[in-house]
Amino acid sequence: MRRFLARRLAHGVLVVFVATTLAFLLIHMAPGDPFSSTLSSERVDPVALANWRAAYGLDRSLPEQYGRFLAQAARGDLGPSISGGRPAADVLGDALPYTLLLMGTALLLSFVLGTALGAWQAARRGSAADKMASTASLVVASLPEFWLAVVLILTLAYRVRLFPSGGAIDAAMHDALPPVGRIIDILRHLALPALTLAMLGTASIARYQRAAVLEVLPLDFVRTARAKGLSERVVLWRHALRNALVPTIVLAGLSLPTLFGGAVFVEQVFAWPGMGRAAATAFAARDYQIVVGATILGAVLVVVGGIMTDVLHAAVDPRVRHGER
Amino acid sequence: MATATLVPAGAGDPRDAVVGASPWRVALHALYRDRSAMAGLVMIFLLAALALAAPLVAPYAPNAQPDIIALKNAAPSLAHPFGTDEYSRDVLTRIIYGARVSLSIAFLSVMVAATVGTAYGAIAGYAGGAVDTAMMRLVDALLSIPVVLLLIAVATLWDGRLGVVGLILMLGLTGWFGVSRLVRSLVMSARADEFVTAARALGASHARIVALHILPQVISPVLVAATLAVGNVIVIEAGLTYLGVGVQPPHASWGSIFHDGMNSLASSWWVSLFAGVALVITVLAVNLVADGLREALNARQLPAR
Repeated sequence: MRRFLARRLAHGVLVVFVATTLAFLLIHMAPGDPFSSTLSSERVDPVALANWRAAYGLDRSLPEQYGRFLAQAARGDLGPSISGGRPAADVLGDALPYTLLLMGTALLLSFVLGTALGAWQAARRGSAADKMASTASLVVASLPEFWLAVVLILTLAYRVRLFPSGGAIDAAMHDALPPVGRIIDILRHLALPALTLAMLGTASIARYQRAAVLEVLPLDFVRTARAKGLSERVVLWRHALRNALVPTIVLAGLSLPTLFGGAVFVEQVFAWPGMGRAAATAFAARDYQIVVGATILGAVLVVVGGIMTDVLHAAVDPRVRHGER
Repeated sequence: MATATLVPAGAGDPRDAVVGASPWRVALHALYRDRSAMAGLVMIFLLAALALAAPLVAPYAPNAQPDIIALKNAAPSLAHPFGTDEYSRDVLTRIIYGARVSLSIAFLSVMVAATVGTAYGAIAGYAGGAVDTAMMRLVDALLSIPVVLLLIAVATLWDGRLGVVGLILMLGLTGWFGVSRLVRSLVMSARADEFVTAARALGASHARIVALHILPQVISPVLVAATLAVGNVIVIEAGLTYLGVGVQPPHASWGSIFHDGMNSLASSWWVSLFAGVALVITVLAVNLVADGLREALNARQLPAR
């Protein structure tokens, strides 16, 4: 297990290294530099521009800049944010907890609901209920995130005034509320964005989980469990599901980058102050340190999530735990 | 590549007439009997035909603003079945023209992704050894980078002037990682096949073996993956355009029409509604076809997972 984790960690470092290198390459492939896009070059004294470039090390050789970029990124320094007047890392640091809360909630809900729905469908495969659930999950899985988000706002925030339509807190009331009230306030704001992502996640996980359980059901150990006289419920939910969870866990780990992409759109629609919204806002302001930083930080989060799914994988599957892969 | 190479070896064998048609005929037949896949396919052809024939079928010119005062945000009527937007432009016309942008971005970028991914995966899988390890490590790393954030970063760095061609390239060049892993594993198993050994014994060059003996076996799984990717890319492009990062005016994709309608959603819901419906129907149709294709091709072609 320890060697497994060490290897996984080394791989994670490699991923972040590649992401950082890619970010560096993109910055230098793009036309111009921060000072040609934010300052109109005609009016600014070329000497002053050159000084600015020198101050930020843009006059040095490319390999040297690359080394400095990597060293800074490794220290968690993502450069100054042009629009906010403070370090990009601070801007993203403020947004990070919101993204983690949103994605964590969505992932947990999708996983629990998706595996349950998939197993429930597999147990009654071919029935009308199964077919209906299959159709429904195919339709939901085909919906664009921002589209579903808008539909939920229209129905659950405007028509039935069940949840607030945007933001993370009630700006007028939040500070006046007692601690429990504040938590409820945040959860109320979390409801719709998390529901959007959870519906999409549930649909796609259910589609895989159904297939996975169907693959497990004809196996010998299921027959053994039935022959022992276990009830069909125990056979399905304890024996079959546990084995069928393995591919779904792997899949959930692999789909993290996609979930991240969906979260970007959902955060924007609901004005949820997470990393995706920070990136979209930074795009409008052409604040490239933030968008580049968000990409690198996004890769870090995916790596951490990947390691966590692998640990979960090991917890569920003893073959992984004991290193017989 | 000649179409003859698509037919697996043995298709001309007289015994096949007894046993059955070629795998491709069998797959086509299975697809033909799959009602939901056929419905999806018909839908896609209809949309593609509509997009191609846009100047003929669209009731108005795409950017015409007939009467910016009287027809501003006009509700659906006989003259404007989907209503008009805030510049009095006909929404139906814009959606038909938007289909050109949305569909061509999706199909072209997936073609870029499938080509790059197949080439990369074939090289890695055929070379094997250290080359394969290095190439796949890179792909694993690239797969972990959230593509949407990367695309936003690229759009920002290029000052929002990516253009439609740039967008196609970006979506294509960030979309091939998964395909390359798929192709690599298929090529690795195909490389061990006896007819490949036979071809090598006969003195065939590596290029010839890959092109004539190995790649034909990869085509159908790649086709399934590419079809699924088309649906994904339509959603990603619409989302990026919704954020203001993707397609820029004067071009309009379904994502931008949807976004334009958001400003006046409460009063003139039709702008966003019809663009959103077009988006969902298309993605659903593509996914139905992808599901059908997977079922139809699965039995013979895809390796057991």
